[in-house]
Amino acid sequence: MVVLGSGGHTAEMLRLFKNFDASVYRPRVYVAAATDALSGVKATAFEKAWAGIPGKGSDPSGPAYQQAVIPRSREVGQSWTSSALSTAHAMLCALALVFRARPDLVLVNGPGTCIPVCLSALLARMLGVATAKIVYVESIARVYRLSLSGKILYHARLASIFFVQWPELQAKYPRSVLAGRLM
Amino acid sequence: MADQERRVFLTVGTTRFDALVEAVDRAAVAAVLRRRGYTHLTMQIGAAAFQGSRLLPAGAMRGALPDGLVVEWFDYSPSLAAHVAGAALVVSHAGAGSVFEALVAGVPVVAVPNPQLMDDHQAELARKLEGAGVLVAATLGTLEHVLATADFQGLESYVPGDPGGMVAAVDWLMGVGSAAGKK
Repeated sequence: MVVLGSGGHTAEMLRLFKNFDASVYRPRVYVAAATDALSGVKATAFEKAWAGIPGKGSDPSGPAYQQAVIPRSREVGQSWTSSALSTAHAMLCALALVFRARPDLVLVNGPGTCIPVCLSALLARMLGVATAKIVYVESIARVYRLSLSGKILYHARLASIFFVQWPELQAKYPRSVLAGRLM
Repeated sequence: MADQERRVFLTVGTTRFDALVEAVDRAAVAAVLRRRGYTHLTMQIGAAAFQGSRLLPAGAMRGALPDGLVVEWFDYSPSLAAHVAGAALVVSHAGAGSVFEALVAGVPVVAVPNPQLMDDHQAELARKLEGAGVLVAATLGTLEHVLATADFQGLESYVPGDPGGMVAAVDWLMGVGSAAGKK
């Protein structure tokens, strides 16, 4: 399961995922925020490009990928009560998604949309429903400080691997892993 | 025109950064660029409040200044990458997407962080990359001086990152591929 966070997050994620072995990491579910139509378009284009490469393309025996959307937990300027409701809604959607797909791997790189998916993955793991290992990649834009979703996942120890892309950040967060830059 | 085209491309990406557009869209800066041998100034201004160029007659999207500099502007384009790749110099907001696009394309970059962003990690990224010698960082106040004096030939060439390290780590985590064999 690949969570596309919109904009630069999506660009970095697809840049990483392009290097995965498509014949092993399948079937794939791309998750984007409901307000982010562009990430869905990019995921489709990405899979089409993959299908054209011999050996990378998906197995014809079954659907290699599908797409899903979850509502954004909070839009800018929303009131507290309505954001509590929409957060609950986003959480329920993420739970349904994760429990249906039962992913072995959940790839995330922020922003906030990825948190309900990660919490759902944790629950699925605790209940033995899915392996649901979480891999988080902090954005290359972050040199000295983690993003908010990065902080949440790091301190809650939700990720099996927590990648950062700069040595300065790795030095501050010893449980993070530095394995090169995406760009 | 006898001389070879040398294009300057100003981009605000998908963000809005009117102050940067205003800092470039000035006669003094246009004169500096012409003096340094640039032939075109193309400005991607996004959703700027003033949809136009102060260097051109009202309503014009393209025109030549008396000294020969060709000025043009537009709001968005799906092919910002082509503009970046065809430029001799990119002046950009310090967002990771635009900055790395130019660096990977091997085009000299002047990155200007937006001081109005609350969580100002743009400035950190610009400072970090300037420290590595791969780009020139400027502020709205220093931009004209930087454009007049910076040594763009002296920049280090940027070595693009390699996602391979992260992929290998995830392969190892999931016990797949050659990484599993090594375990």
